[in-house]
Amino acid sequence: MEKREPFFWLTISCGVIVMAFILLPLMDMVTAPSLSMLKETLKDRDVVRSIWLSMYTSGSAALISFVFGTPLAYLLARTHFRGKRWVESIIDLPIVIPHPVVGIAILSVAGRNHWIGQMLGDLGIRIMGSVTGIITVLTFVGLPFYINTVKAGFEGIPPRLEKVSRSLGASMSSTFFRITFPLAWRSMVIGLIMCMARAISEFGAVVIVAYHPMIAPVMIYERFEAYGLKYSQPVAVWLVLVCLCLFLALRILTLRRAREI
Amino acid sequence: MIRIEGLNVRLSDFQLRDIHLAVEKNGFFALMGPTGAGKTVLLEAIAGLVPIQSGRICIGDREVTGLPPEKRGIGIVYQDHALFPHQTVWDNIRYGLHFHKVRHDDAVKRSERLIDLLQISHILNRLPAHLSGGEKQRVALARALMVAPEVLLLDEPLSALDPNFREEVRDSLKDLHKSSNTTFLMVTHDFSDALFLAERAAVINQGRIEQNGETMDVFRHPTSLFTAGFVGMKNVFPAMFEGARAVVGHLKIELSAPVEGPKRYLSVRPEDVVISRESASTNGCTPLKGEIKRVVDHGFYFSISVKTRGVIFQSLMPKSMFLDTDPRDWKEAYVHVRPSTLHMF
Repeated sequence: MEKREPFFWLTISCGVIVMAFILLPLMDMVTAPSLSMLKETLKDRDVVRSIWLSMYTSGSAALISFVFGTPLAYLLARTHFRGKRWVESIIDLPIVIPHPVVGIAILSVAGRNHWIGQMLGDLGIRIMGSVTGIITVLTFVGLPFYINTVKAGFEGIPPRLEKVSRSLGASMSSTFFRITFPLAWRSMVIGLIMCMARAISEFGAVVIVAYHPMIAPVMIYERFEAYGLKYSQPVAVWLVLVCLCLFLALRILTLRRAREI
Repeated sequence: MIRIEGLNVRLSDFQLRDIHLAVEKNGFFALMGPTGAGKTVLLEAIAGLVPIQSGRICIGDREVTGLPPEKRGIGIVYQDHALFPHQTVWDNIRYGLHFHKVRHDDAVKRSERLIDLLQISHILNRLPAHLSGGEKQRVALARALMVAPEVLLLDEPLSALDPNFREEVRDSLKDLHKSSNTTFLMVTHDFSDALFLAERAAVINQGRIEQNGETMDVFRHPTSLFTAGFVGMKNVFPAMFEGARAVVGHLKIELSAPVEGPKRYLSVRPEDVVISRESASTNGCTPLKGEIKRVVDHGFYFSISVKTRGVIFQSLMPKSMFLDTDPRDWKEAYVHVRPSTLHMF
């Protein structure tokens, strides 16, 4: 057998360390609560409600990103204009801003002293301590993940396919729905997953805008604060399991379709 | 028919300047030039796919300058085929019919004719990923012609193909052009494709048209150094002209007729230069004695350089001319150039 250089063994051992670092704490947490305890937790109405609220709000954030982000991602993938770099940097801003700052920023616009806040108030829309507020915050933090993923997806489709489609008589919109969308929808699904995953994990921004109604991460934090590690673990396990199932299902769905094409 | 008048296109890193071009109805026109000369930009300007600065573009008897691509009555075939990867060959071919009012039986007739002519009946249910390069290009041709465009724009349709597919597609192109009422405009960097397919041709360089005329005429009678180089005119010499005689360095060459107008270069195609071992005169031209500088074996033919009185002539000769002897062993040789093959510009 060929003799490996030490560098090869260095890469392998670093890989093992990284795997262990990620998997050990997770495995430990998942296996810590007993089955009966997990069952017990599932009977707790508050827990179920919080996980459902987490799914619902982050799913809504992903859908909002889909509606507003897709055309923007297409624009960024297909056109070159002055200041495009700036637009891209602005889209990335929510990724680098500390999470509590996001919450504070959104509250300061939505407050009664701000014209936007007053306008929303007149329309009967409340941000502070409401589901609307949670969805707003989650969209804010999730949007860049959706736009960047879908932009890359659009960039991977040769513009020539669209040009040929136009030459064959299709308008811009027909071309988008017949050529671009069928080739890009997989990246949109991945973008939705990325956006939703990011939104589900948000804690810092949500806790400032809305402690109640309680999303799952806030509930886990509260259980930890009030009763300790042992009582927060089962909630965490359920959240992780539900997320994993959801994302696995979506991934399998997209991969199966990918093989068909 | 295509007519282009005073077309200017300015992109961030490239310009087309004052392009005038006319292609007659149902003609086959080749637009030639090296990579980066602006061929594809011109093609896409005709198709309405790049914004233009000024000028007019007419297709058929309509001006299409401001129209979107889908309203211009053009078809486009790219070098990389650009087939829709998520659709079968059949769906690709019929794609344009969604947007054109074509009677059902007309569409059936047209598709049968194209499928038959391009020999793609056995691959109709396949996805583009499972086709060979030649098949892909033939499907792209069928797709473009399915909507019976007034003009078919071909962007280097042959250059991405393997040599054996290439010939096949080239023949298909010729048949298609003969049997369809469509004007063909092909962009290519390969002169032999243009010579085989196109009746008329233009050479484009750095965004300007260098020369425009019958393909054979561009090939034999280039009017600029650039075109001469591009069409493979290997022997181009700066010369002085005195009546029916050209002076190249220390060499005096007889011409078939006195030169009219100011000319600066004397040229002759390498295929028209004959190299022999004997001094015997052929076709009434005086052989020039010289020494062999270089012989390159190209398989079917030799490329031979002979230096005579400080002037180097390059010749391309079929190997069959040297059955019993190898020019690589020669020291001296005679250069024969017929006066009628000389070209001055």
